[in-house]
Amino acid sequence: MNLHNIFTVYLKELKDTLRDRRSLMSMIIIPTFVMPALTFGVGKIAAGVVNKAREETPAVMIVGGDDSPGVAAALRQDKKLKVVPTAADWKQQISDKKVRAAVLIPVGFEAGLKAGAADAVVIYNYDGELKSGFAVSELEKFFRDLREQTVTARLAERALPATLVKPFDLRRENVAAPEKVGGNLLGGIVPYIIIILCFTGAMYPAMDLTAGEKERGTMETLLCSPVARVDLVLGKFLMVLTGSLSAMLLSLTSMGLSATFAGFMFSSGGGAAKLAAAAHQAGAAGSAMPMIDPFGLLGVVAMVLPVSVFFSAVIFTVALFAKSYKEAQSYVAPMIFLIIMPAVVGMLPGIDLNARLALVPILNLSLVCKEMLSGIWHWNYIALIFGSSCVYAAIALTLAVKMFNREDVIFRA
Amino acid sequence: MIEAQNLTKTFKDKKRGVITAVDDVSFTCRPGQIYGLLGANGAGKTTTLRLLATLLKPSRGHATVAGCDVEREPEKVRAHVGFLAASTALYGRLTAREMITYFGRLNGMTDPAIKARIQHLATELDMAEFLDRRCDKFSTGMKQKTSIARTLVHDPAVMIFDEPTLGLDVMTARAIVGFVRDCRNRGKTVIYSTHIMSEVEKLCDQVGIIHGGRLVAEGTLPELRARFGEQDMEEVFVKAVGGEAALAAALKN
Repeated sequence: MNLHNIFTVYLKELKDTLRDRRSLMSMIIIPTFVMPALTFGVGKIAAGVVNKAREETPAVMIVGGDDSPGVAAALRQDKKLKVVPTAADWKQQISDKKVRAAVLIPVGFEAGLKAGAADAVVIYNYDGELKSGFAVSELEKFFRDLREQTVTARLAERALPATLVKPFDLRRENVAAPEKVGGNLLGGIVPYIIIILCFTGAMYPAMDLTAGEKERGTMETLLCSPVARVDLVLGKFLMVLTGSLSAMLLSLTSMGLSATFAGFMFSSGGGAAKLAAAAHQAGAAGSAMPMIDPFGLLGVVAMVLPVSVFFSAVIFTVALFAKSYKEAQSYVAPMIFLIIMPAVVGMLPGIDLNARLALVPILNLSLVCKEMLSGIWHWNYIALIFGSSCVYAAIALTLAVKMFNREDVIFRA
Repeated sequence: MIEAQNLTKTFKDKKRGVITAVDDVSFTCRPGQIYGLLGANGAGKTTTLRLLATLLKPSRGHATVAGCDVEREPEKVRAHVGFLAASTALYGRLTAREMITYFGRLNGMTDPAIKARIQHLATELDMAEFLDRRCDKFSTGMKQKTSIARTLVHDPAVMIFDEPTLGLDVMTARAIVGFVRDCRNRGKTVIYSTHIMSEVEKLCDQVGIIHGGRLVAEGTLPELRARFGEQDMEEVFVKAVGGEAALAAALKN
């Protein structure tokens, strides 16, 4: 192994790659601009859609209730509901999203309430439809209030205290630090994005430096040089790794800067306060980035390093086998699904790290990143995952060198 | 100097089984001479030259190039060889200067030495005008000149040419032939593969006719003409490979 030769090959490949638009897109443009734009843009749009849906007064129908005029009148006076005249095809109208919900007031409801017991009120809705959901919430709140008023009135009639049915209050308060809340919210999605970007960042340089070179006829030119093949592989591999790491680091930096910028905007008062309130309302919809523990992020970067080496070496090896760029794409592109699956599983709630899962590539990274971003540091698992990732990376790199030395791969006709 | 002894190369093919691309080939190529390797498509010319340039490893036999063994010292062999083939392309996103500099560095040259060498080659090959332009914008002639400069940057003692005029226009092909002749005049060992008879007649001091992976005839042009009783090189070639039927069968395979 000759470091000077490896560095010479690396520098040439870096120059060559920086002049290749496809590689630049996957290495620099997408991670720097597209991912944060997607994260914040989609979050902003989602928050906007939710807020707009909330602002709409949902149209509802009252089915029955002719003998309960008081309840029907109270419903009509509720400013958060728009009671429209009842139609015979009210079920169809809900399905067609013309009305958001309907409430069935049973016969003799008011009389039954006065007598002590009434039949059930039924709310009809469109399951899974956002605006129908808001209408149901309002209707449920209306009837919950009605129930509480009835209970209060009955207690008053019997001269009993309100505490009889409500002996204590229940409150909820968050004690976790903002970065832990942030880590918990984003713990799943951040590693997911990093894993995908690490892969796509390596993808185009790897294909260009292997199958691309074969297709363009420069591979044979390069093999004529007196440099040992292992040096050629390592120089090229370092370039692929640069692509992978630059995609990861640029995306983390740009997401971090965006989060800081968003945080600054939300905390600087005035017009920004309004924005913060809107963001707060939107909750986890993504328009406001909660704080992320910087040590957690550093931990993520450290854990991603061997996985990035692993990705780079695997894509390099697979692409090397192909005769053309197109063929390489057809081999490498489906690999994204193999990467996404464990990354998605890692995002699922309820799946926690254990010794067995710590050995499953990608999934282990996803799980440990989630923990580290939430401020949980299981050092034994971290060591196991880092160690196993290094072993996988070493195996993949050895395989890449072996493949590069195979005549039937390099001169595959 | 190139010395090949019983050089053999076999490949495994899923459909056709074991294929012997080069079969027990022996020849010697001396400094200041052009050795022409003449053969039809698929005869084994490229494989032989790739074995000599250490791009492939021989299955049997051995060869030395500039005194270095192709199996034991492949890096040293390549350091003494300039390999030019139709299949050795240029990096399109690099300029001619960057391309030549890269190969100079890969050959262990220092930057001042590379700079001086580029200056010399650019003058000799009339490349000054396009030296700092990207190779993907070059005409065929410019590409060939840059490729030649790339092979010569480390001033190798041995030049291997694998059908270098394939697909080139007449003027560029003539320039290449002239360049090959220059290499011989400078005392380099030159091996030149082709299936174009006129090139063999113009250039080669010694000719080896290769057919089905085997070296079926070898000698100077007058020796071969005398041996097969023909003046026309094409007729010599057809007789050497066993007649038209044998040639057609080989091409079919």
